[in-house]
Amino acid sequence: MRLLIVEDDAEAAAYLTKAFREAGHVADHAADGLEGYAMAEGGGYDVLVVDRMLPRLDGLSLIRSLREQNDVTPALILSALAQVDDRVKGLRAGGDDYLPKPYAFSELLARVEVLSRRRAAPASEPTTYRVGDLALDRLAHRVARGEEEIPLQPREFRLLEYLMKHAGQVVTRTMLLENVWDYHFDPQTNVIDVHVSRLRAKVDKGFEHPMIHTIRGAGYMVRDAAR
Amino acid sequence: MTRRADPAGQGAAAQSVSRKTTTQSAATHLLPNLFRTTAFKLTAVYLVIFALFAGFVLGYVAWNAKRLLDDQIRSTIDAEIQGLAEQQRQGGIRRLVNIIERRSRGPGASLYLVTTPVGDRLAGNVEAVPPGALDRPGESEIEYARSADAVDTPSRAIVRVFVLPAGFRLLVGRDVEERERLGVVIRRAAGWSLLLVFVLGCFASWFVARRVLKRVDGMTDTAQSIMAGDLKGRLSISGTGDELDRLALNLNAMLDRIGELMAGMQQVSDNIAHDLKTPLTRLRNRAEEALRTAKSPDELRAALDGSIDEADNLIRVFNALLMIARLETGRIQDSMDTLDLSEIVSGMAELYEPLAEEAGLALVTEVAPELHVSGNRELLGQALANLIDNALKYGQPVEGGEATVVVSAAPVGSEIELVVADHGPGVPEADRGRVLERFVRLDQSRSKPGFGLGLALAAGVVRLHGGQLRLEDNAPGLRVVISLPQAQPKPVDMHEGGALPASTAQPNPAGLQSA
Repeated sequence: MRLLIVEDDAEAAAYLTKAFREAGHVADHAADGLEGYAMAEGGGYDVLVVDRMLPRLDGLSLIRSLREQNDVTPALILSALAQVDDRVKGLRAGGDDYLPKPYAFSELLARVEVLSRRRAAPASEPTTYRVGDLALDRLAHRVARGEEEIPLQPREFRLLEYLMKHAGQVVTRTMLLENVWDYHFDPQTNVIDVHVSRLRAKVDKGFEHPMIHTIRGAGYMVRDAAR
Repeated sequence: MTRRADPAGQGAAAQSVSRKTTTQSAATHLLPNLFRTTAFKLTAVYLVIFALFAGFVLGYVAWNAKRLLDDQIRSTIDAEIQGLAEQQRQGGIRRLVNIIERRSRGPGASLYLVTTPVGDRLAGNVEAVPPGALDRPGESEIEYARSADAVDTPSRAIVRVFVLPAGFRLLVGRDVEERERLGVVIRRAAGWSLLLVFVLGCFASWFVARRVLKRVDGMTDTAQSIMAGDLKGRLSISGTGDELDRLALNLNAMLDRIGELMAGMQQVSDNIAHDLKTPLTRLRNRAEEALRTAKSPDELRAALDGSIDEADNLIRVFNALLMIARLETGRIQDSMDTLDLSEIVSGMAELYEPLAEEAGLALVTEVAPELHVSGNRELLGQALANLIDNALKYGQPVEGGEATVVVSAAPVGSEIELVVADHGPGVPEADRGRVLERFVRLDQSRSKPGFGLGLALAAGVVRLHGGQLRLEDNAPGLRVVISLPQAQPKPVDMHEGGALPASTAQPNPAGLQSA
């Protein structure tokens, strides 16, 4: 994955570039809004990571300008402003995701990878997700593992659906709260963990290979451990 | 700012021209200062109005006096003419001439003139009249001369010309010098009184302006010293209870209020300093200890993990504090929307239900459908999450209490009451107001994780939505009651946008599910 980091703080930018490269991605850096716009316009990036407050051209204007040029490269906004209406403003300007500072790198990496995958597969979603012997039928609302049908509560179904949609990718707790419950605050206790362990008890219990894996310090991933 | 810089700039410019202009500019600066005062402007307006009124009254008196005098003159003339005409009828023109000759010589005599039809003078004490005056019978005001010497300085008179039989003309009149004199007297009186009014008015305006200006300047000085840091300073009260006193009283009350708020802020920042410094110190100690004692990479890694957790906690506290501060300034009106509170409550209860089960508590929801409020879904969701989280943390049943946490929402009058109730130890009545403040944690709860911000944040959210949050006794336990004003639902379908119907979000209180 090629990504462009537009960040004016040199230290933060160096840290991000290094961390993304260690994660196996190609990361370029622009130090201000205009430079970032010029580089993004050149194209070829899978994801843009844009700081909101930038010299010369602020992050929201940068993204808005790109969208006016019909450039739909997914963009994640980083911002020290983390209030309710700031997020709305960011998404309204054409941003695809919004992450308040300070953030954990694992959170940023997970979100950027989900955004890049979205770009890679923009075509219509399949009606059935399959991971190993686990299958989720989105139309019939049915989940089966091998021949055995697994009954799920509606919310558990949506939780598994989101995890399977991003199979092979790390999904963080806040991403789950955002996408399954549609809330954006920080769940201070382990509410999400309890939901996942309930789901895991239904999906993995009694089977040889677990499907739902805990990624330490980051979140969860659905992956076929048999292979 | 510019006003203060102005005299200095002008003074410097004047100095380069001459000394004299410098002193002049200083003098002209005192006057405009007076002209600019409200008292001066008001007095000037009153002055003009009063002068106009006085002028009108004097003018009316003068006009009336003139009319009265004219009427008197006219009736005298009429009476004389009638008498003379009678004499002429009885004794002919000769007798008339004789009478006129005699009357003309009397002291303070009227004006008389008798002429032939062609205009030759027969008798009378008038030497010259304007040409043609005798050809117009009836009353008129003319200039005349009593003797040949006075032709060049004519006097004014009201006269009446009477045409006698056979074409003789009789003119009778009276000098109006008296009237003119009265006019002069009145005009002079008017002039003087206007001048007096103006001078007195100017003096009064200067006096009043000075008095008011002095008090206002005193207030300005006090305000400046308060701004410069003397926060204990207050405006002086004269005790008369006038407008300026009332203004000073109100400003003093405002200063007191600001003082209270500042003291409150001071306490809050002290608390914040304390509650942020404690975890910061822990963070630092942990890192130091790891550097000093860790032998293996694994131990170092564990210490770093612990440090990151500690840092995350700090970030949480910080975010919560910022959010409470933002709530207190009350600036989210843009992101208000009509919301289905039933969906929010059911959704939150459903989110926390597994956690409740893990804590050995049953989360029971009693939510009436179609409850609408105007607000922000994120904020209300988070406030409710905090309350449920608290109830699960502190709501372990005391002896005799049920192991349940009840979340209910129902309309009460024009409001919606949202209740989170547990059967834990509760909050003593004396502490109920205090626990809503930032960082306040009761001693019993110190052993549990938390920062004491959850209730403060929830209370802030509720206040911002125009509602009230109060704590009640659940006998035993705590009942947190939120009342929010009910809103009219939007005409569009409330269940779109991913929200589940309330019924499917009903949790299973027993937490039993078939695997």
